[in-house]
Amino acid sequence: MNQAVIRWISGPVLRAVTHDPFCIHESVQVGARGLLGEVIRMQGDEITIQLFEDGTGLRPGDPVAGQGMPLSVRLGPGLLGHIFDGLLRSLGGEGRDFLQPGLCVTPTERFHMTPLAEPGRILKGGDPFAMVRPVGREGVEQLCLIPPDQAGEVVEILPGGDYGEEEIVCRLQDGQGLIVEIALSHPWPVRRPRPVERRLPVGPPLLTGQRVLDSLFPVARGGKAMVPGGFGTGKTVLLETIAKWCDADVIVYLGCGERGNEMAGVLDEFPRLEDPRTGRPLMERMVVIANTSNMPVAAREASVYTGITVAEYFRDQGLKVALMADSTSRWAEALREVSGRLGELPGEAGYPAYLSTRLAEFYERAARVITLSGKNGSLTVMGAVSPPSSDFSEPVTIQTKRYVRNFWALDRKRAQARFYPAIDPITSYSEDAETLAAWWSQEGAPDWARQRRRFLTLLEEQTRLERMARILGKDALPPGQRLTLLCAELVNDGFLRQSAFSVKDRHASPRKQIRMMGLLIRFMDRAEGAVAAGVAVERIVALPVLRRLQRMGEEIADDELERFDGLEAMLEADFGALSAGGEQGA
Amino acid sequence: MTIRADLYLDDAVTRIEGPLVFVRRRVEVGLNEAVEVIGSDGRVRLGRVAALDESFMTIETLESTSGLSMAGTRIRLIGAPITFALGPGILGRVFDGVGRVTDGGPPVAALVKAPIDGAIINPLRRAKPEDFIETGISAIDLLDSLVRGQKLPIFSGGGLPHNRLAVEIALHARLRSRNEASFAIVFAGIGVPYDQAEAFRHALEEGGALGHTALFLNLASDSSAQRLLTPRFALTAAEYLAYQEGRHVLVIITDMTNYCEALREVSASHGEIPSRKGYPGYMYSDLATLYERAGRIHGRPGSVTQIPILTMPADDITHPIPDLTGYITEGQITLDRKLDRAGIHPPIGVLPSLSRLMKDGIGAGFTHPDHPALANQLYAAYARTMGVRLLAGVVGAEGLTPTDRLFLEFGQSFESRFLAQPDGPRTLEQSMELGWSLLTLLPESELSRLSDEQIHHHLRKPTGAV
Repeated sequence: MNQAVIRWISGPVLRAVTHDPFCIHESVQVGARGLLGEVIRMQGDEITIQLFEDGTGLRPGDPVAGQGMPLSVRLGPGLLGHIFDGLLRSLGGEGRDFLQPGLCVTPTERFHMTPLAEPGRILKGGDPFAMVRPVGREGVEQLCLIPPDQAGEVVEILPGGDYGEEEIVCRLQDGQGLIVEIALSHPWPVRRPRPVERRLPVGPPLLTGQRVLDSLFPVARGGKAMVPGGFGTGKTVLLETIAKWCDADVIVYLGCGERGNEMAGVLDEFPRLEDPRTGRPLMERMVVIANTSNMPVAAREASVYTGITVAEYFRDQGLKVALMADSTSRWAEALREVSGRLGELPGEAGYPAYLSTRLAEFYERAARVITLSGKNGSLTVMGAVSPPSSDFSEPVTIQTKRYVRNFWALDRKRAQARFYPAIDPITSYSEDAETLAAWWSQEGAPDWARQRRRFLTLLEEQTRLERMARILGKDALPPGQRLTLLCAELVNDGFLRQSAFSVKDRHASPRKQIRMMGLLIRFMDRAEGAVAAGVAVERIVALPVLRRLQRMGEEIADDELERFDGLEAMLEADFGALSAGGEQGA
Repeated sequence: MTIRADLYLDDAVTRIEGPLVFVRRRVEVGLNEAVEVIGSDGRVRLGRVAALDESFMTIETLESTSGLSMAGTRIRLIGAPITFALGPGILGRVFDGVGRVTDGGPPVAALVKAPIDGAIINPLRRAKPEDFIETGISAIDLLDSLVRGQKLPIFSGGGLPHNRLAVEIALHARLRSRNEASFAIVFAGIGVPYDQAEAFRHALEEGGALGHTALFLNLASDSSAQRLLTPRFALTAAEYLAYQEGRHVLVIITDMTNYCEALREVSASHGEIPSRKGYPGYMYSDLATLYERAGRIHGRPGSVTQIPILTMPADDITHPIPDLTGYITEGQITLDRKLDRAGIHPPIGVLPSLSRLMKDGIGAGFTHPDHPALANQLYAAYARTMGVRLLAGVVGAEGLTPTDRLFLEFGQSFESRFLAQPDGPRTLEQSMELGWSLLTLLPESELSRLSDEQIHHHLRKPTGAV
């Protein structure tokens, strides 16, 4: 093991003298408490180390021990259902109300293993060799994989039974005749993307149950989306809502430099929430990585890589994985802070010049793939961005925009009116939408692409008309334009607004979305027809069906879609009466 | 050999530069440990070890270095990070910005010594804040509810009555269900003028709250490096009261803007690369180490609730200080100058205000089942009013539709009857009743956030009865 001795220390950066062959980015343990750090620079006999923890009390002369490998995390069946810090150390354990640097709890959880291979079988990297489920608690079954960089012939595999995560359960003999020991979990360097057989085009949609996303700005499985928004616009609530209702098999929720109380909220709520598809607690298929804003900055920098590595690990099991990163701006700021400490030349707004490269590396790890073992897996990434002063022209927003295909901009005006999700339909976009139209067609909405376009044009028209009304007054607008405003209001209120806290409304199935969209389109058609026939807009405003349409999201649940038939009948009847009344009036 | 208690270094200073003192090192010392720099004038200045190598160390003094000389300066090594000696006697006492008693009384008998940087609460052990606190202020209770363990700053501006509001909250805050015996207030004044500090103390005394208050005063005339320590000492005291004594502690910190200015000043003196508007790039992380010290912990009875006050430079909410604060805290109460000029107190600007934890503390089982919908509808209606006002400003009220004119009327009543509280605090029930009565001004077709039952139950009854 490489050894070094501290020579100089200031804040989270230290320099140490060594004669051993340290590598750049090698993970190290520092001092008696074994604080984690990483080699970031080397010169002569001196290495520079960045600490991931608070170095209070460290002094020159303290030892530094190299780990012989880059910063790595242990990937195994013990991840699901638990919460970790940014370096994937468990936050569990008794009596740990406050976190102390260097302390690490070794996992004691045991798993019931069923071997999937027998001696003599040739296994390559990424192949599953066992199926496990947790002992003593409810939990989903998971595959255990041969590490991607190992392969060989099984010479021994232990029989079914209960084992700890790090116990050796299988021995392989590789091409050179060497024995490779395999445990239920294996380490993987976080900054290195896990290999795949090949990448596939993105698709079908990752359904979020949120109408404004699924129907207007859908994201495909394996795609990437960013959620920029100033403080208080609902980034966190939106990402949490997606985490709750999206149809991924595994959710990795990464709280990067965010609030401790929010994490407490997630931990309080998610175990009690039921997965709408399986009826099991949602927490069972979730991994929470919490690096709160008061934790050391360097660990925040590492935490996004930790998160995406964990997500890739589940993708490699052939699962649909979604990663929510809240917030990537905090990560970029951590990069800036560390870079400043190292005295690097600052780029725009003080961020290092390599910000863009790092963002690209991160988002490129989102993909739909054929895994090494030939399965279909996908990893969808959604990253929140917190632009200072809500200024979308700042470097992190701009650079992220270059690499993501979907842009879900949050709007302060909407948030202030408590209009959630506060996604601005004018500036947001989805590059995945075109590819996904085929899927909606199959689901029974052949007109989806056209209807979506119509909604978007309507909302755009609304902005233009409102600007005009500000000069002329609303009363001065011709009836056709007043109707446009009315319809746009209805689309906003009745379709885009969705309450995350209403039991009926928090999740909308694709079928419900199709029905709602269809009804609104029908309303628009009928209303336009009526106005063209000379009916006054005020009479349309007074139609009883209008209020029902405004509230249909909250009033009709996913499992009572037949009630939309009644609503449709009401719509037709109302308009029927309108034209009849109109004739009488004439 | 590691005997380090009460070690002195004499004649070891090699350079003094701003707040930094460079010292030749002959003994073992660890990073961030506290030191006392004693000048030939006998004054003791608190400092900490900022950097170390084999033969030198850099000390960051937290008070002014003026008057120090190379010769005759003694360095006393404490051998531990800066701590605060705390005991049950801290309530009712007044301290300076670095935890020294200044009210002329005896020193506080110490039960524990706690490091002032605090420890990071394990997110897994945090209890979700959900106990609704009734502040008596309608705009907060009904629209942006405060819950125990939350950090809810007041974004104010120069000359606005934020201190008055803070005192009102401190004096009236209570849980609705239980009687709270063990309540405490920790007040940290950072760089406040003497008269303001005195006014605050006086108001608490009037309200009979001084006995369970600990005051930490860093006056405007004190050194700016000390300002960085004041909230840390205050929060350490709050954590002691909450987690050791099981009290519910309300921490009021005023004014965070002075804290951030001091941070900028100290950062500049260290020669660090500045970020936005000259503030250091780590200001977010630094503020987080303060704000994140609010919370509750599973299995411990107490809680720390924070109300930091900051004055937005030039009333600009996008300035780095409110901006970074808003990204860390769980919402904000924003004061509005226009309302203040119109004589409305408290002048809470409702639209830019927010309480993120509100959803966990209101509704069925907490306050009233219809509380969320009512708050939602009032917000939507008031936001619409603002749009209508803008329109009316251009085309005049005559150009408005009849519905829009109703919104103007609603907005007027909302401000003069709901926001303004000339008669003092209101209970949540009174606030809700007022809220419903305002909504009767609007046509039912505009109330899309309310269910038919809610409209029927709350809005039709009075008209039906008449």
